[in-house]
Formats: sequence, C-alpha cells, structure tokens
Amino acid sequence: MKSFFNKFSGLKKSARSNMITLALCLAAFGFVTAMVATGNASRHMKSLLVPICINIILTVSLNLVIGFLGELSLGHAGFMSVGAYAACLFSIAFEETLPVMVRFPLAMLIGGIAGGLFGLLVGIPVLRLKGDYLAIVTLAFGEILRSIIINLEFTGGASGLKGMPQDSTFNWGFIAVVITLFVVMNLVDSRHGRAIMAIRENAIAASAVGININRYKLMVFTVAAFFAGVAGALYGHNYSIMTAGTFDYNKSIEILVMVVLGGMGNIRGSIISAVLITVLPEMLRGLADYRMLIYAVVLIAMMLLGTSEKFMMLRYRLAPKRLIKRALQERQNRKDEKEARKYG
Amino acid sequence: MNFLSNLISGLSLGSIYALIALGYTMVYGIAKMLNFAHGDIIMVGAFAAIVFINNLGLPMILGVLLSVVVCVAVGVLVEKIAYKPLRNAPPLSVLITAIGVSYFLQSLAQLIFGTNQKAFPKFIQVAPVHIGELTIKGESIVTLAVTVTIMVVLTLFINKTRMGKAMRAVSEDRQAAELMGISVNRTITITFAIGSALASVAGSFYGLTYSFIGPYTGSMPGIKAFVAAVFGGIGSIPGAMLGGILLGIIENLAKAYISTELSDAIVFGVLILVLLVKPTGLLGKKINEKV
Amino acid sequence: MAERIMVPVPPKAIIPSRDVGKRPILETHHLGIEFGGLKAVDDIDFAIGPSEICGLIGPNGAGKTTVFNLLTNVYQPTRGTILLDGYDTKGLSPDRVNRMGIARTFQNIRLFSNMSVLDNVKTGLHANMKTSFLSSITHGFGYSKAEKEADERAIELLKFFNMEHLKDHQAGALPYGAQRRLEIVRALATKPGILLLDEPAAGMNPSETAELMENIRRIRDEFNIAVMLIEHDMNLVMGICEGICVLNYGRIIAKGTPDEIKNNPKVIEAYLGKKAE
Repeated sequence: MKSFFNKFSGLKKSARSNMITLALCLAAFGFVTAMVATGNASRHMKSLLVPICINIILTVSLNLVIGFLGELSLGHAGFMSVGAYAACLFSIAFEETLPVMVRFPLAMLIGGIAGGLFGLLVGIPVLRLKGDYLAIVTLAFGEILRSIIINLEFTGGASGLKGMPQDSTFNWGFIAVVITLFVVMNLVDSRHGRAIMAIRENAIAASAVGININRYKLMVFTVAAFFAGVAGALYGHNYSIMTAGTFDYNKSIEILVMVVLGGMGNIRGSIISAVLITVLPEMLRGLADYRMLIYAVVLIAMMLLGTSEKFMMLRYRLAPKRLIKRALQERQNRKDEKEARKYG
Repeated sequence: MNFLSNLISGLSLGSIYALIALGYTMVYGIAKMLNFAHGDIIMVGAFAAIVFINNLGLPMILGVLLSVVVCVAVGVLVEKIAYKPLRNAPPLSVLITAIGVSYFLQSLAQLIFGTNQKAFPKFIQVAPVHIGELTIKGESIVTLAVTVTIMVVLTLFINKTRMGKAMRAVSEDRQAAELMGISVNRTITITFAIGSALASVAGSFYGLTYSFIGPYTGSMPGIKAFVAAVFGGIGSIPGAMLGGILLGIIENLAKAYISTELSDAIVFGVLILVLLVKPTGLLGKKINEKV
Repeated sequence: MAERIMVPVPPKAIIPSRDVGKRPILETHHLGIEFGGLKAVDDIDFAIGPSEICGLIGPNGAGKTTVFNLLTNVYQPTRGTILLDGYDTKGLSPDRVNRMGIARTFQNIRLFSNMSVLDNVKTGLHANMKTSFLSSITHGFGYSKAEKEADERAIELLKFFNMEHLKDHQAGALPYGAQRRLEIVRALATKPGILLLDEPAAGMNPSETAELMENIRRIRDEFNIAVMLIEHDMNLVMGICEGICVLNYGRIIAKGTPDEIKNNPKVIEAYLGKKAE
C-alpha cells in the first residue's frame, strides 16, 4: 500500500488528477450499483442512469472541441444522430443472429465509427474556417443531416425508427464513459494534446513551431464525433422509438450548456455538470417550463462572470485548495507562536 | 408563368432576408461579432406588433411602428448588458453569449406567449396585380417597395452622414477611430439600434407573408439571413442586399422544383459551398491577419 | 519533399569567410510580394551562411517583418524564390517550412499564454517527438519514455537561458523579458537550421540587451545555427552581426559588413533624410 502511495505521489500532477477523476467515477458507479441492488433506487432514478452516461460522453467529447481546441461546434447532435442511426440499424439487422454481449459493443463501435467518419467528412471542407464561420457551418451540417434523415426511407423518415433492441444498460453506459474519459484525458495530456491547445492559444505561433493546424483540427473533430456517435448508440438503444427531431440544434445547445457550466477545458467539471443538467430538471419538475430560460441564463452568466475581474478574484479567494492551504498555514503559525512563547 | 411568379415571391422573401442580413453585416463589420440573437429580434418585433394591435387595439400601422421602438430598445439593451462587457473577451465567449441571448429571447417569448403560433394581423391589404396570366400578390409588391426604400436610405446614411462615416471608420480600425475622437461605444450602440429596427420591419413583413408567428419564428430566417450576409460578403452592405435577394430566390425555386422539406438543407448547402469556394462572399474583401 | 536545387552562392552575397564555399542555409532570389498592387517587398536577394549572424535593418515600415513572413511562408510571395538549405519552399505551409529548419519569434510576443513554461517548450519539441496517436490516447507504446526525454530536453533548453526554475509558471504571467526569452527557447526547441528573431531587444534596458547579445552569440556557437534578426538597436546590430541588409521601401538599399553599412551614404540618407543641398 505504501509503495502504491509513493508511486502515486511520484506521478506527474496531470496523471494524478486523471487517476483521481477515474477513481471518483468508479466510486460513484459502485455507490449507484449498490443502491440499485439493495432496492434503494426508485424506478425514476434508475431511468436516469443511462441518460447521465450519454450526457457525460457528449459533454466530455464536445469539451475537447470547445475547451481544448477553442472552436465552437454546433453540430454535435448531428454526429450523435449519425451514430444512433448506424448503431440501431445494425442492431435491428443482427438482433436474431448475435447475442447481446457481442451485438451491443459492436453497435457502439459502429455508432462511433459512423460518427467519426462524418466528423472527418465535415471536418475536411471546414478546416480552413474558424470562429463564427466554423460554428455556423457545423450548425448548417447538423441541420442538413437532420433534413436528410427525415427524407430517407430506411431511417423511418419523419415518423421515426422503431424496433431496435433495448440494449442500453447502466453497466454498458459506464464502460463507455470510462473509455471516453480515458481516451480524452490521455489525449489532452500528450504531445497531440499540447498541439491542440497550442492552436487554441495562438494558431500562428502553433504553425510556426511546426504544428499542422488542419491535421489537429481534423483529429479533434473526428475524435469528438466518434464519441458523439457512441453516445448516440447508447441513446438509440435506450428508447423504443427514435426520431430525427431529437437531434436538432437545441440538443447541440444543451450539450454546449453542459460544457460551459462545467468549465471549458475542465473535464471533471464536464462530468459534474452533465450529471446536474440531467438530474436537476427531473428533480425540479415545477421548473420544467423555465428549463430553457435557465440554460440561456447559464450561458450568458458564465461568459460575463468569466471575464469579470472582480468575480475571478472572488473565485480565487474562495477556491477550496487555497482556503485549506491558508487554514493549515494559520494553524502552523499559531503552533509556531506557541512554541516561540514557550521557549522565548 | 409559374416560374415568374415563383421568382417574384422569392424576390419578396429575399428582400426580407436582406433586411435581416443588413443587421448581421453591420454588426459584424462594426462590432466584429456574430450577433446570434439578431434573428430573434424579428420575433420580438412581430410579437410586439401583435400585442399593440390585437391586445391594445392600436391602429395597425401605429402598432407596427411602435414595434420598431420596442425592438430598438431590446437590441440596445442586449448590447449594453450582454455584449459590452465582453468587448475585449475572446471571440468564443462572445459567440456563446450571443447564443445564450438568442435562447433567452426565445424561451422568454415561449413563457409569455406559449408555444402555439399566433395569427399576425394583415396590416397592409393591397389587391393582387394581374399582368396577363401572371398574378402578383399585393403584399409582395409592398414588401419589395418598402425594403428597397429602406436600403436606399441606409446606403445614403452610411455614405453621406457624419454618423455613417464614424461607422465606417470604426469598422476599418477601432483603435484609430477612437484616437480620432469617435466614440466607439456610441457607434456600436447606434449600429445595434439600426440593425434591430431593420429586423423589426423584417419581422412585420415576415408576419405578413407567413401569417403566423411563434417563439421560434425568428431563428430560421435569422440563420438564413446570416447565410445571406456571408453569401454576399460579410461586412458589405450591398453584399447583404444581393445575398438576401439571391437566397430568397434560391429558396423559393428549390421549394417549387426540388422539395419543400429539403429547401432548408439546400440553403445551408449554399452557405457551405460559398465558404468553400469563396469564403469572402460575392462582394466581400479579403482581410489579411496581421502577423 | 521539394527538389533540392543547388545554386552557386551569388557573388554579391556577403558571407563570413568560414562559411564561404558551404551551401547557404537560406537564400532568396528576386523575392517580392504585392498587396493590392502595392509592392510591399520587392526584388530581395540575399544569402545567409550556415553559421552566420545576419541583421535586417531599416526604418519603420520598410517591410522587414514582411520579409520574415515571406521566409516562414506566412505569406506566399508573388514573385521570386526562397531556398531553405537548398530546397525551394514555394507553396509549402508555415508548419512544413518550420519542420524543414526555419524557426522564428514574433515582434508582438505570441506565447501559448495559458500553458506552462515547460509545456510551451515541449510544444516546440512536438514535431521532433515521434509518438503515435495511439500512444497518446493510451499513454502506452513508448509514451512515458518520450515524455521523459521531452521533459529533459526542455529543461536543458530552459537552463540555457537560466529559466529552468520558471518551468511550472504560466507563460502569460512571466515578466516581459522572460516572455521574450521563452519565445526564443520555444523556437530553438524545433531544432532549426536558422533562427529568425523579430526585434528581440524591444523594450529591454541596456544591461538586458547586453545579455541578449551574449545569448545570441551562444545560440550560434552552441547550436551551430544561423541567426537572422530584425532590430532597431544599432549597438546590438553593429555589435554581433557579421552581415547586414538594409531595407527601405521594400527594397534592399545596402548590404555589407557593419563597417561598410555605417559609412554607406544611402543608409545614412534613409535613416536621417537627405542632406540639404
């Protein structure tokens, strides 16, 4: 045990932080599983478990684009829909022939690959755009995808796709969450991740140190779209009917709200805000009418507060780490004083 | 003949887009931001007109004019509260805020007016004009006439007045303009006011054309008008007019000859195509990033 | 890879005697660019030896930074050729020419402000690290070894400028002088054959400038690379440059050793204006 701690404290700060995040998720998973096993979870609570996993995956993957690459994608729901349809069509086709243990992981993989392919496809033409233009083009792509899905036969058209097996479970969802976190956190803390953040910080300087901006933008788009596709697969297999209307612009905005609330570039924050945004509206049914309004206020307030110096000072002063440090320091000071008096 | 009448209704729809696109393009040129909430100002204007005319019983034209005042107030207020504190913030924060404002206006309208669409009063009634077999709706003619007049006045304002000169100066180089004694904040506020007024007029004519207004009515024409502004070359006023009118025609022809459901997808396809082939748009100029 | 073109060193080039006979690290032929009909830079010819320190001077607005932007392919020239170590760089992207051996700093500092000092330097090492995408997302397949080597190399580079104690600081929070030094370290991390410095002494006091001069010489000697610098501080330019090009209105008006430049009437005219006749 001791050697484990030695090893742990010898790790890089970022690696330690990642391990803590994964450990916290595992603990939460264990807690929830125990609650369910002992019959302490209501039906309603249980129905939220898969959506929580879906939203964590969506938020963490979109945060890669917004928080780390520094670009705004408004088409995340579109990539999600591609993954959802690809995975569900696969499951419908192989429902009889494959057991669920093989079928569902394959379906998630196929959803991810389909999403990632579309990410790549959208990414290639929009590479040279950035900022507002990039955002609006991703929005346009999302809307085009939705129109196309509604107008196709095999997707069930406007009336929706039915008949997929209900394969999504909390366990599968949790596995997908862990894989997402593992990949995204590792990627961010690597040479590729540094290149991605360098583009966010200063694109001209990044290309001056040999970073191929297009390549990394494409990489981020593809990885994020892959996980959006996986989330789509989980989503599709969680309900008995799926319509393209679900994956509209509003869904993309909802994911954006989760990213912004958790903090751009903050993965642990993304997880927390995804859980909050999934659970709170269900808990506070009375506020259902105000949900959109609250989202809007969250977006505006987070941005305004983020640039307000007074607020940032307040946040700095109230940061838990700093408060603990100060309390310890004061205790030490008092001790020192006592000692000094004793011997003085 | 059918083609011609489609063309003319496209022209009228396009001139509405052009009015909205003018707001986008002016704000983009002067405040260097994409005002995502601009489209929702259309909805605010249309609802204000409905309240003035249906609930307060004001004369129709007066109601429409008062809705312009409401929109200007909302536009300026939004700029003061949400955008002004972010003037030196990264573009990503400004864009996210603008999306937030758009969402805010939509959900507020939904809370006040409900999700159902409301009938928009026919504030102008003109008999259709018949030319041979061709029938042109009276509203189309009025819409076209009013928007063309507004565009002419706006162009004169930008090119001939002191304020217009200040606007052009701020859009060229904000810091230099400030050093020349131009109040940048005031110029931006006025830009928002003008943009919102145009959007409000567009809202009324949109209501006239489609007869019904809902909380989300503004977002689609808003996004399409942005497409129009990009199509014409963002920051360019004649570009916004040209882009708007072309887009309206493309949309109407797509609806008539390809598919109604896919017409939106086609409009967005135009956007992607333009950005890929000529990112500066039809009349825009290339801006080199300073290194 | 572009075809390597061997060209004899132009006779008019000024190159320190130890570099004569070696292929120049960088040379331009009739280089020019127009912005909307205006010739910002026109007909630039020069060659820099592989271990030369060369100065690019001229009055404000003469086009010096534009020349740097052309050399690093931020702008594409409208005419002329750039040969980097003998390779034509026409049409290549800025990141590609950096990987071919040209690194630069910027007049207005461009650091990765929200990243640590160490990560700034490690980003400079990016192209020379060979770990794959798979290794990055799993942190296996040689990840740890590569990161450790990168850390060591980055600290070694920081030590060169006595900055290793700042490694965990946020780059944007450093004092101005340290930011300028960090930009140079980051550029050196890309293993260039030639380093372009855009006004490295701007905003520095005389003692800092003296230290910078020493550092530039050390860079040349220890990394064995060429340095080209834009600078307004004549003491620095005359003190360390072996060859100097003077630019005015986008054209080279004089080339030569510091002594030749000091006494060149055209240069004096460009800086001080024409004597009243």
